[in-house]
Amino acid sequence: MKSIADIKAIREKMQAQIMNRDNVSDAAETRVVVGMATCGIAAGARPVFNELVDQVQKRGLENVKVTRAGCLGMCKLEPIVEVFVPGQEKVTYVKVDAQKAKDIIEKHIVGGNICTDYLVGEE
Amino acid sequence: MRELSLHILDIVENSVKANATLIQVDIEVKNGYLYITVVDNGKGMSEEFLAKVVDPFTTTRTTRKVGLGIPLIKQAAEVAEGEFSITSKLGEGTTVKTSYKLDSIDRVPLGDVPETITTLLYPNIEFVWRYAVNGEEFIFDTREVKEELQGVPIDSPEILVFLKSLLKENIDSINGGIII
Ligand SMILES: Nc1ncnc2c1ncn2[C@@H]1O[C@H](COP(=O)(O)OP(=O)(O)OP(=O)(O)O)[C@@H](O)[C@H]1O
Ligand SMILES: [Mg+2]
Repeated sequence: MKSIADIKAIREKMQAQIMNRDNVSDAAETRVVVGMATCGIAAGARPVFNELVDQVQKRGLENVKVTRAGCLGMCKLEPIVEVFVPGQEKVTYVKVDAQKAKDIIEKHIVGGNICTDYLVGEE
Repeated sequence: MRELSLHILDIVENSVKANATLIQVDIEVKNGYLYITVVDNGKGMSEEFLAKVVDPFTTTRTTRKVGLGIPLIKQAAEVAEGEFSITSKLGEGTTVKTSYKLDSIDRVPLGDVPETITTLLYPNIEFVWRYAVNGEEFIFDTREVKEELQGVPIDSPEILVFLKSLLKENIDSINGGIII
């Protein structure tokens, strides 16, 4: 069974990666934000958050942060995911599920193409 | 909500929003009941506010006029032949306690606890999760995890994925094959 002591190996690998990277500033970080108020949670925000995390981990994406926010103000369109790529305008995806979460990472974050089908008005 | 662990997520998000720095979540099965308790050291509520907090029209949110987190968990407990209570003190913290009769037909399943825990890991908030089934327990304390992390953020994807599998193994072993 895995234990907390197993973290050591992962930590050492990550610390080595951080050392190898040229000081990437916070400004260069892409943020993916999931609405996690009652409206978001009831609509399926938890599996969306976890799928985003899994995808970022699987692809070894550096400088991509998956975080949570409260109610984003459009409860009927939850789960909502906001993407902040440095130097670009915020993109808001609505009615996101695990499959769409995977597409957002693959096509938008990695590929650089906004998933226009998942924007407000297209859902 | 489809799972009681989604209510836990929701109630803990209230504690996060109340600027808690330590949140204890206790999930225990004993004597035919499931008990869920969330204790935080956040900013708390005044007596006056607390008295009306189970009302759906009580919220300090500005994005909408209803606050459903507390009314919904209260209802989930009460329909499952259990109880709900909330106590709070301004400047000290809040405690939400619920119970559910295990074999009540209106009880929703506990659901995915590991995924709920990993959705709630923050660099600046400490958690103590206690998961106990009929006397066997597992404790997950983020202070121990952070000590081992030596500054690597607890919410980095690599760490979250590892912790989710650690939690799943330990919780499955406590469950011993039963689905709660
Ligand atoms: N742990 C807590 N500490 C301090 N205040 C709290 C706590 N939990 C709830 N509150 C207060 O009670 C209000 C109602 O909570 P409730 O969870 O029912 O709704 P909400 O959080 O406002 O919105 P929603 O849960 O629907 O996203 C909150 O807006 C907050 O002001
Ligand atoms: Mg709430």
